[in-house]
Amino acid sequence: MQLGVLFAPDPDCICYTRKSRELFGQNCMHHTATQQTQQDIVSIRGLTKRYAGKVPVDAVRGIDLSVERGELFGLLGPNGAGKSTTIGVCTTRTLPTAGTVTIAGLDVVRTPAMARRRMGVVPQYNTLDRQCTVWENIYFHCRYFGYTSTTANRRAQELLEMFRLSERAKSPVRELSGGLAQRVQIARAIAHQPEILFLDEPSAGLDPQSRLALWDSIRQLIRQGITVVLTTHYMEEADALCNRVAIIDHGVILISGTPEELKRSVGAQKVIHLHLGSENNPQLQPRLTALAGIKAVEPGKDGVRIFVDSLDGLLPKIIEIAGPHLKDVSIAETTLETVFIKLTGRDLRE
Amino acid sequence: MSDLVLYARAFWGLLIRDTVVLRREFIAFAVRTVMNPLMFVFVFTYLFPKMGQAFQNSHGTSFGTLILPGLIAVAIFVQGIMGVALPLSFEIGVSREIEDRVMSPLPVSLVAIEKIVFSALQSLVAALVVFPLIFFIPATPVEVHVDSWLVLIASVLLASLASGAVGLTIGTIVKPQHITLMFGIVVVPITFFGCVYYPWAALHVIPWLQMLVLINPLVYMSEGLRTALTPGTPHMPAWATLGALFLCVVLLGYTGVRGFLNRVLS
Ligand SMILES: Nc1ncnc2c1ncn2[C@@H]1O[C@H](COP(=O)(O)OP(=O)(O)O)[C@@H](O)[C@H]1O
Ligand SMILES: [Mg+2]
Repeated sequence: MQLGVLFAPDPDCICYTRKSRELFGQNCMHHTATQQTQQDIVSIRGLTKRYAGKVPVDAVRGIDLSVERGELFGLLGPNGAGKSTTIGVCTTRTLPTAGTVTIAGLDVVRTPAMARRRMGVVPQYNTLDRQCTVWENIYFHCRYFGYTSTTANRRAQELLEMFRLSERAKSPVRELSGGLAQRVQIARAIAHQPEILFLDEPSAGLDPQSRLALWDSIRQLIRQGITVVLTTHYMEEADALCNRVAIIDHGVILISGTPEELKRSVGAQKVIHLHLGSENNPQLQPRLTALAGIKAVEPGKDGVRIFVDSLDGLLPKIIEIAGPHLKDVSIAETTLETVFIKLTGRDLRE
Repeated sequence: MSDLVLYARAFWGLLIRDTVVLRREFIAFAVRTVMNPLMFVFVFTYLFPKMGQAFQNSHGTSFGTLILPGLIAVAIFVQGIMGVALPLSFEIGVSREIEDRVMSPLPVSLVAIEKIVFSALQSLVAALVVFPLIFFIPATPVEVHVDSWLVLIASVLLASLASGAVGLTIGTIVKPQHITLMFGIVVVPITFFGCVYYPWAALHVIPWLQMLVLINPLVYMSEGLRTALTPGTPHMPAWATLGALFLCVVLLGYTGVRGFLNRVLS
C-alpha cells in the first residue's frame, strides 16, 4: 500500500492547488499541523447523554477525555458501554445532554458543519451510498466537501490506488464484501483530508485476515500524521494497536493510559482462574489470600480469580487448598481483559 | 460569508449526486411518471369517445380539457412520494446510508431542503414529459389557454415544491415497513379526492366533502393548474391556490425538516 503519499507535502497534493488552498484556507491540515500541535485535537468535558424515551437511558454519565494530535486512541468497553454514543457526540450525530466536546478547537454543538470538515467518520454500520459505485462514493464525498470536479476526480483515483481498490472503481457498493466495504468507507472518510479519523468498531464482523489488513492501514494513517480514535470491544485489538486506551463501562471511564500503564495497574503479572462449579467453600478465599506470593483473590464467574506475579511453587498449594471440587484451572498473563475484570468483576465478553 | 460558500458547494454536490443517480434510473423515472397518465388518457379520452361514451360536462368542455391540469398535478405530486418519501424512508430506517450526506459540511436542515429542491426539479421534468401526452392523445379537442404565464410558472413551481415537502414529511414520518400501508391510506385518497378528475366547484353537490378536501394539497395543485392552463373550466381564483400552495410549502417543509432532524440526529 502506498499510503505514504497520502499527507506528504507533494506538489500534486490537492491542498497545493490554488483553488483548494483558498477553499481550505487554514483548515488544510498540512499547513496547520505544526501550529496546532499543542492543542488537544479532541477534548471532551463532562459529557453526559441521556436518551429520552419511555425508559430514559443514561448512555454516558460524565466523561472527560483528551486526545492529542498523532495519537491512536482506543475506547475499549463491552457492548452497551456508551462507546458509540461518545463517538456520536464527537461526530455531531448525537446531541449531548450536558458537557462540551471540541474537535480541533471547534465546538461540535455550536459549529457542527465546520467541525465535520476536520474529521473523517466511519460509523459502526455500512453507510456507503448504495445507489453509487465505489468511485462515485469517494468522488461525491469530495464534491460535498467543496472539491471541484477535477480535483475530486483526481482525489478519488488517488485514494482508490492507495487502498488497492482501483479494480473495483466501477463496482456497485452493494456487491462488496465486508472487508472491502470497510476499506471503501475508510478511503471515503479521509478523502477530504481530515485531521482526525473516528472509527466505530472497525473490526467488528471482519475475518481475521481483513482485520490484520485494517490494522495495517490504521497504522499507516497514523504514520502520515492523522489522529485516529477507534472503539472496540476486543481487548487484543486495543492492546496491539493503540498508544492510549480508555476503558469505558456503563457510560463511565474507569481508567485510561497506555496499555502498559493499565496492565501495570493490576499489580500482578498473572491471573489464575479456578473453576469450582457451583460448590461454595467460604474458607477458600481467606486461605488462598494467606498464601505467600498471592496478591489478591476475587470471586469469579464460577470460582475465584487469583492474582500473582509468578507461579513458582504456588500451583500445588493452590490446588491443595481448592480441594476436590476443583474442575479446571486456567492461567493467563495480565491483559487489558484482566484490567477490566479487576475493575468491574466482570468479563469483557459477558 | 465563506461558510455560506462552503454550504453552497456542499448543497451543489448533493444536487449533482441526486442528478447522476436519477439519470441512471431514468427508465424507472419515466415509467412511474408516464404510465399512469398515458393509460388514463388513452382509456378515458381516446377509447371512450371512440366507443361513443365520452364524458362531457354541462359547459361543453371535453373530458380531456377537464383532466389535463389534474393529471399534470398528479405527475408533479407523485414525484414527491416516489422520488423522495420512498427512498428516504428506506435510507433513514433501513440502510442508514443517508448518514454520509448528513455528515456533509453543511447544516443538516439543508440536506433535508436539498431533498425538497431536487424533488421539485423532478416534478418539473415530469410535468414537461406528461404535458404532450395529455395534450395530443385525446380524441376530442383539448383546449389549453394560458392567460398569465406568471400564474402558470408560480403554480407549477409552488406545486413542485409542495410535492417535495409532502414527500419529505411522509418519508421522515412513515417507517419503511409501513410504506405500502401509507400508499393505501394516504396516497390513494389524496389522488382520488385531489380534484384531479373533476373541478373543485363541481363538488358543491356534497358540501361536507367539498370542505373536507380542502385539507388536501393536491386540490390546490390541480386547481392552480386549472386556473393557469384551462381557464375555461371552473376553477379556484389564483390568489387562493397560490396562497394555499405557499402555505403547504412552508408548513410541510418545516414539518419535514424537523422530522428529518429528529430521525437522523439522536
Ligand atoms: N438512539 C438510542 N436511543 C435509546 N437508547 C440508545 C440509543 N443508542 C444507544 N442507546 C443505549 O445507550 C447505551 C449505550 O449504547 P452505545 O453507545 O451504542 O454503546 P456501545 O457502542 O458501547 O455498544 C445502550 O444501553 C443502548 O441501548
Ligand atoms: Mg457501538
